[in-house]
Amino acid sequence: MSEYIKPLPKPSPTSRPFWEAARKHELTLQRCGGCGKFIYYPRDRCPHCFSDNLSWNRVTGRGTLYSYTVVHRASSRAFADAPYVLAIVELDEGPRMTTNIVAPPESLKVGMPVVAFFDDVAPGHTLVKFKPA
Amino acid sequence: MSLKGKAAAIGIGELKPVKEPGDLTALGLMAKVSAEAIADAGLEKNDIDGFLVGMPYADPGMLYPASAIEVLGLAPRMLNVVDIGGASPAGMIWRAAAAIDAGMCNAVLCLVADLNRAGDQRPPTVSVQREFESPYGNIGANCGYALIARRHMHEYVTTPEQMAKVAVDQRANALKNPLATFNEKPLTIADVLGSRMIVDPLHLYEIVSPVSGAAAVIVASPEIARRTKNPPIWLLGAGEAANHSSITYAPSITESPIKPAAESAFRMAGLKPSDMDLVCPYDCYTITVIVTLEDAGFCKKGHGGPFVAEHDLTYAGDFPCNTHGGQLSFGQPGLAGGMSHVTEAIRQLMGRGGERQVKDAALGYVNGNGGIMSEQVSLVLERRS
Repeated sequence: MSEYIKPLPKPSPTSRPFWEAARKHELTLQRCGGCGKFIYYPRDRCPHCFSDNLSWNRVTGRGTLYSYTVVHRASSRAFADAPYVLAIVELDEGPRMTTNIVAPPESLKVGMPVVAFFDDVAPGHTLVKFKPA
Repeated sequence: MSLKGKAAAIGIGELKPVKEPGDLTALGLMAKVSAEAIADAGLEKNDIDGFLVGMPYADPGMLYPASAIEVLGLAPRMLNVVDIGGASPAGMIWRAAAAIDAGMCNAVLCLVADLNRAGDQRPPTVSVQREFESPYGNIGANCGYALIARRHMHEYVTTPEQMAKVAVDQRANALKNPLATFNEKPLTIADVLGSRMIVDPLHLYEIVSPVSGAAAVIVASPEIARRTKNPPIWLLGAGEAANHSSITYAPSITESPIKPAAESAFRMAGLKPSDMDLVCPYDCYTITVIVTLEDAGFCKKGHGGPFVAEHDLTYAGDFPCNTHGGQLSFGQPGLAGGMSHVTEAIRQLMGRGGERQVKDAALGYVNGNGGIMSEQVSLVLERRS
């Protein structure tokens, strides 16, 4: 296996539960006990109501393709293997995520249903990506 | 409280951007362009008592303003870095006016310079960007604007031809601007759409080119402005707004914080978009101009595509827009790209537009945009007759 040269997430104390769950191929989001909203990415306080009553919840991994771009030429040499699909997915629980869609670009359509999968990109590192549902 | 008429731009400096910076340094460019702006304002270096500066990515560091004023030999009574991306230059103008209105200083040098060398490393982004954006390849600004463009096309049926028209008309303006990087060859819509696809749906000619350069504006108190040699260009209104950094987490990716920023600016000025004689919206990409014209109220939301297609955006047209060519044709010398919209509005309102002078231009709108439509600053400027 060739060396993985793309940037890897460096979990913070706040985000560690998210990445640990991803390693177990589970998608978890914080949910605010104050306003009930789901939150992505992980925070110390709810960005909506500023409550610190946040709990982790496993979610469906289902959502819709909010927008996407086919990157033909990347701004970083680490992504010289372009083209790739950089996307925003709106999860059924509400939050949006920056992610990749792994599917032929010509099959993509804004609004189409997508589902999360877990890409073990490097030892100890799993990214949450999506594919057509 | 209002900044209306509390300060005026009285001098500008702007260097022609270069593609190859060679032996240039950011501090060296700052010295050159500062001298130009101070002389243009009819002031001496020692008259400058306020200093706002952008951090050059080519030579960043802690405590930047003090190093810069030491190099320039200034002794300001107010000094600061303004770090709101491409909105920094426009943001400097109202900050300067506010400091002057508060009595902290009288003549503020607003200064930006940067170099772009192939292969240069940029300062790191904040941890959350590195953690949740970079691993997926959302690096640099291109992807974010492509995501906006795609969604705008989906929601409002905006077309690639409409987006391309922005680059085409602005190029026609650049042909009359000796300072523009791309000022020799006209562009057609077919040229734009035939250029290389970089981040679908954005083509090469819809994306700014990194170059090296510098720009400066002197903002002064009414007392100084009234005795300056140039016609003072008064700040009538200003507004600033932000609600996200990554576009993924913006409340809407097609409606930007330009809306509240522009509303504040027009309210302060007591004017409306249709009063403007020219507009200088930040244009890192073609889609940026379309979203700006919508959110600032020059057309209805979602109608930006048809609006740019139906109007002539050239200096001689019915809707003069980025008469210097925009950054798409001027080039983007780091933050000095954002200043190019400010300097062009001032130049036009002073009546120094040369071959591209907009007839009887008295009121101008400028928007500065940082990051991925994140930091926004709107300005309304006036030349009083």
